[in-house]
Amino acid sequence: MSDTSFDVIVVGGGPGGYVAAIRAAQLKMKVALVEREHLGGVCLNWGCIPTKALLRSSEIYHLLHNLGAYGFSASNISFDLGKIVGRSRQVAGQLSGGIKHLMKKNKVTVFDGHGRLGAKAGAARTVEVLGPDGKVKQAVTGTHVILATGARARHLPGFDVDGGLVWTAREAMVPDRMPKQLVVIGSGAIGIEFASFYRTMGAEVTVVEMMDRILPVEDEEVSAFMLKAFAKQGMKILTGATTKGMTRTATGATVTVEQAGKSIDLPADRIIVAIGIVGNVEGIGLEGTKVKVEKTHIVTDGMCRTDEPGIYAIGDLTGPPWLAHKASHEGVICVEAIAGLHPHAIDVTKIPGCTYCWPQVASVGLTEAKAKAAGHQVKVGRFPYVGNGKAIALGEPEGMVKTVFDAKTGELLGAHMVGAEVTELIQGYGIARTLETTEADLMHTVFPHPTLSEMMHESVLDAYGRALHF
Amino acid sequence: MPIQILMPALSPTMTEGTLARWLKAEGDAIKAGQVIAEIETDKATMEVEAVDEGVLGKIIIPAGTAGVKVNEPIAILLGEGESMADAAKPTAAAPAPAPAPVAAAPVAAAPAAAAPVASASSAGRVVASPLAKRLAEQAGLSLSGVRGSGPNGRIVKADVEALIAAGPAAPAPAVAAPAPVVAAAPAAAPVAAAPAPKPAAPPPGQAFDMVPHTSMRKVIARRLQESKQTVPHFYLTVDLALDALMALRADLNAKGEKLGIKLSVNDFVIRAVALAMKQKPDVNAAWSDEGMLRFKQVDVSVAVAIPGGLITPIIKNADQKALGQISQEMKDLAKRARDGKLMPEEYQGGGFSISNLGMYGIKQFSAIINPPQSCILAVGAGEQRPVVKNGALAVETQMTCTLSVDHRVVDGALGAEFLQVLKGLIEDPLTMML
Repeated sequence: MSDTSFDVIVVGGGPGGYVAAIRAAQLKMKVALVEREHLGGVCLNWGCIPTKALLRSSEIYHLLHNLGAYGFSASNISFDLGKIVGRSRQVAGQLSGGIKHLMKKNKVTVFDGHGRLGAKAGAARTVEVLGPDGKVKQAVTGTHVILATGARARHLPGFDVDGGLVWTAREAMVPDRMPKQLVVIGSGAIGIEFASFYRTMGAEVTVVEMMDRILPVEDEEVSAFMLKAFAKQGMKILTGATTKGMTRTATGATVTVEQAGKSIDLPADRIIVAIGIVGNVEGIGLEGTKVKVEKTHIVTDGMCRTDEPGIYAIGDLTGPPWLAHKASHEGVICVEAIAGLHPHAIDVTKIPGCTYCWPQVASVGLTEAKAKAAGHQVKVGRFPYVGNGKAIALGEPEGMVKTVFDAKTGELLGAHMVGAEVTELIQGYGIARTLETTEADLMHTVFPHPTLSEMMHESVLDAYGRALHF
Repeated sequence: MPIQILMPALSPTMTEGTLARWLKAEGDAIKAGQVIAEIETDKATMEVEAVDEGVLGKIIIPAGTAGVKVNEPIAILLGEGESMADAAKPTAAAPAPAPAPVAAAPVAAAPAAAAPVASASSAGRVVASPLAKRLAEQAGLSLSGVRGSGPNGRIVKADVEALIAAGPAAPAPAVAAPAPVVAAAPAAAPVAAAPAPKPAAPPPGQAFDMVPHTSMRKVIARRLQESKQTVPHFYLTVDLALDALMALRADLNAKGEKLGIKLSVNDFVIRAVALAMKQKPDVNAAWSDEGMLRFKQVDVSVAVAIPGGLITPIIKNADQKALGQISQEMKDLAKRARDGKLMPEEYQGGGFSISNLGMYGIKQFSAIINPPQSCILAVGAGEQRPVVKNGALAVETQMTCTLSVDHRVVDGALGAEFLQVLKGLIEDPLTMML
């Protein structure tokens, strides 16, 4: 085999693509990866990881302002935004370098450039690698091509992203200065994380959400809990509100919002548009293939196959949920299916979702409303942070753990958590769902004391009227 | 500690059985290896042997109880110095320490073809998720013998849902099922599409007695309905001249008399079928969604009528057996079939079936394929018939045979070629001796 023909070519080096490449290499395939910008993709360079670095800074800032509660005192607390952003970029850079090392270790050949599907070459498929000038620098061929080109922020008409006044997530994580009056349009995970970060760092923040509640994919109780928590922190939230447009002013802009038939003007010096994503389906050579695209996302089956034989798609480029860990898992499934193993198709109700605001939100499986809509008779358990020793000791009494069971079979249908460290805790329920435990197994599990995880136990007990500490 | 004697699984497909008879009474001393009870399964009566020794403390399931689930406690065995008071202690209520305290003799040998399926063997623990176990329990399903689609064959929710959707027929694929049975779902799917058999309303104004189904009746109903509904049958009929065979048979029987050998026409048919299968091995195959399963052995199933139904004991490696051996094996199998004493491996499997109603004077009939086999030969009566030979009427002894064929496995031409070979062997029976 020459150096330009491969078993598998992965187009896009994000958490879907690079994981697919590693798994393929583990399965003894000859693998190429085409990446146009940074290994690690949006997640590592412009998403999950750098925002976590920022949020860490905001947590510390919050703690510094509450030192008295823990017996400390300090004065003249201040921060240098440039250093905070610099740390975030350094973290991203370090990890991207790590991926480069992983590719080398697994003998994945990395091509720098924009990957585009080319003509069929017998049973294989050509992938063209384009330089920054848009010209083909190189052509490689692969028996299987996995598209993992990801997605980008959806734009909102009338709010042209200029990097100055109007931001998407990408601009919002490298701010030139702290906004004074920030308007966040959209209250999904991305919008809420930035709203929470900037609010904690001292900005006046207003969140505009079209739906009747924030974090609309979460359980309704979680949305209600977060609405109260944010209101207490001084965040303004407008639900059931649509943006009508903005007019630039000397200091920024006025965002016009309509809520319940009333027009509201919001002054802003920065605006974050976080109303979802669109798949990167353009310029990757889908024309002339049977690959089906619906609403900017590629349609695939459970094994990530598109309608065109030999072409696969994973991650944000395909259907929801648009999460890095979903992309990575699809990368594994896709490659294992190519290798003739028989992986189980991904089950979205077993994929945890995390929102890194303060307090944190995490969930897996069906919300109570969705469980009922799916015809389940449910048993619901709840346990508040205020009933947990570790939470009180940490000084984090705000939060709750909610569990939803099928009343007949005892299947854990969903779990919904708010509070400190829930993003680290949720995986307990993720394992429970994947292993198909029932309430009985969860009740028989011994949870260590004193931990926040005890609340996960108590919530299960509560669903069956057996909670011990509340 | 008192040991619970559990209802044994006598075959991978067995989910329940009838506890026909207790051979020991409460208080009787029992030695390991003694037969303590008889269990009527799908098709045969099995003896349950004791594994441990002790005293039969209590019979939990009385004789004559139908629908006893596999692994349900049927009795309590007391050790030395123990009484039923010990058995009443809560600890004793836990499942017996060994997963199968009672192993019936036939358990060991599952039918060869089913072996890869039975990862959760009847003696081992069932590897299933807690939710799968609970769903199965609520649906009254046994998971023993089911191979799941999870890691290392773990049975998961989706597998149980597929089984439930497939209805009571679901565990059937374990009978000579293809090795890669994933979740039993592929095999179960076509069944699921079929409407569940609903109890027919009693005809108005007609008096009737309701006779409860025996396990065998249920199995016959399920398997043959499944066959006729999911297997695309076609039929090929041929007349076979028997005069040469009858003459040879008379000759051989005269010579074999002092050896105690008495060959029937059917013994010749079995041997001829086996040799024809050897020549046309594509007939000795079964359909599976994953691929054609070509059997490596020539095993011929022969339908035997028994009280309350029928059963198909198998002449294994029939192509390698002489007529005399086939004859003796067949007599033994038929006798034990009628006595309900066949072991599961003696009737589960087989690559081809023969059904002979000639002794009833039936001229010709079409049989239903015995899945997962692809062919069944229906043999009619041998009789003298007028035939035209060289332009003149003559008398010939003839027998009409009809081959029912699964068209997914065997096409018309192949079926016809098979019958041609069979006809050659029957009509020139000395070639069977080659």
